[in-house]
Amino acid sequence: MNSATREAYGAALAELGRTNPDVVALDADLAGSTKSATFGNAFPERFFDMGIAEADMIGTAAGLATCGKVPFASSFSVFATGRAFEQIRNSVCNANLNVKVVGSHAGPSCGADGSSHQAVEDIAIMRSLPRMTVVVPADDVEAYAATIALAEHQGPAYLRVARLASPTVHDEGYRFELGRADLLRDGGDVTIVACGMMVGRALEAAEALSAEGIEAQVLNMATVKPLDADTLEECARKTGRVVTVEEGSVVGGLGTACCEALSERFPVPVRRIGMPDCFGTSGEGNELLDYFGLNASHICEVARELCK
Amino acid sequence: MHNDLLAVTSQMRAHIVEMLAVAGSGHPGGSLSATEIIASLYFKHMRIDPQDPDWPERDRFVLGKGHAAPALYAALAMRGFFPEEELLTLRKLGSRLQGHPCRTDTPGVDMSTGSLGQGLSVANGMALAGRLDGLDYWVWCVMGDGEIQEGQVWEAAMSAAHYGLDRVIAFVDHNGLQIDGTNDQVMGVEPIDAKFAAFGWHTQRIDGHDLDAIDAAIAAAKAERGRPSVIVCDTVKGRGVSFMENVVDWHGVAPDAAQAKDALAEISAAAPEGGRR
Repeated sequence: MNSATREAYGAALAELGRTNPDVVALDADLAGSTKSATFGNAFPERFFDMGIAEADMIGTAAGLATCGKVPFASSFSVFATGRAFEQIRNSVCNANLNVKVVGSHAGPSCGADGSSHQAVEDIAIMRSLPRMTVVVPADDVEAYAATIALAEHQGPAYLRVARLASPTVHDEGYRFELGRADLLRDGGDVTIVACGMMVGRALEAAEALSAEGIEAQVLNMATVKPLDADTLEECARKTGRVVTVEEGSVVGGLGTACCEALSERFPVPVRRIGMPDCFGTSGEGNELLDYFGLNASHICEVARELCK
Repeated sequence: MHNDLLAVTSQMRAHIVEMLAVAGSGHPGGSLSATEIIASLYFKHMRIDPQDPDWPERDRFVLGKGHAAPALYAALAMRGFFPEEELLTLRKLGSRLQGHPCRTDTPGVDMSTGSLGQGLSVANGMALAGRLDGLDYWVWCVMGDGEIQEGQVWEAAMSAAHYGLDRVIAFVDHNGLQIDGTNDQVMGVEPIDAKFAAFGWHTQRIDGHDLDAIDAAIAAAKAERGRPSVIVCDTVKGRGVSFMENVVDWHGVAPDAAQAKDALAEISAAAPEGGRR
């Protein structure tokens, strides 16, 4: 409990190693950090360190997938989705292969490594690819369940996990369903849609808002693609106001996806919280989240303003 | 068999010219330079079953230089993966034959390619899967000489050697030309065999239009244990159609009807008995 989503990913991957002989894992010299090493240590014959060569890693994963393997290819999200973008586009998505790309250390919560290592664009670019499923789990419980679910799902997928530990928001009994938003708190004044560790911040914000008399719904949109537009619309119809929160750029990510869906189905005022079209910088993970306004107090501020 | 294979290459060349003429676009030069390599694989060396394109124990083929799709399609159709008449639908809306190979569309196409430099990594993954599954299939990859300017090829060259993928046999179709000019003018690639050798590969260099040399090189490559093998094939771009041979402009331009007629006449005249249509 309260551990980083990457830890849960590694544990789930190792569990898959025990239950599914077709699961294989690849990494690009970051297995200790992405936690794919948890699998590698248990199943060395099914683990391939490809060295610092992300393009080759994705291509090799694609080749394994043509033969019925279920490859999980991990690296830092900047390199997994950015350096190997066109390999993911052509060798995975266009070829419709069952490769799971896992990007860890996403967002400014990556911390002191600085802007070069903090993906802000990964959700947007992965979401833009036909056939791609995009999952950003809220906590360790969901990251574990999502990893298991993605192994069962047939098709390309991107799983975004974080370096920084964050509070667990789900019970152990939580059942993750791919493509299904999860209403964690109900309220009638505003809907806060969040993904990743921002879900915990959103719940914190909702608690604080309630003390001021503003009742906020908190919708965990762990599957950013395909977006659960039905649930989103239902929420928007109830509250008439939506705030989105993500630990990535407001350009093209969760907030954009929600705006796309709502503008066509049930337009309501939306405020997007995220990285405001900028890169990160160095600092401690939590310190950076505060610095970029990715915290409960900023969510409260935006929601309060929207509810005026 | 040798004469039969010669006839196959003539028929493939005729298909390539006709397909491209009907399509009105595409890549004749690099399709014609790779014809003997692909004919040898599909008609002599590969373990495949056209009735069961997804047979798990089959040999795999990855056309790294995906723009030579007409040569691959001709071989697949002639082997019975789909009707030969379908070749004339190349590049048309609704066809199963896209401009570059697409595994989701075309029976017998093991991997979608077209973006250069990605095929060898995929071939490596197929070989790793075969090793995990205890299957003894071979994985064949045909790359272009311009293609090896892509850095990913060398990442893959490194990993194939690192993992000792002796079931991977790669060809480099070295016709010396690419879109903007000769390799030497655009970005020098030589010495290709020495580069692969330095990366830990077993290397051979042959005349890529000599069917006997291809056979011998494949036999030597298969005998190699513990490391991947590359066969650098010196070829002529546009081979078999004199006005296309070694002319860079024929990289990505289709012949018009009159040019196609001349080309087909020349291909037919050069064909052995049995190869004529």
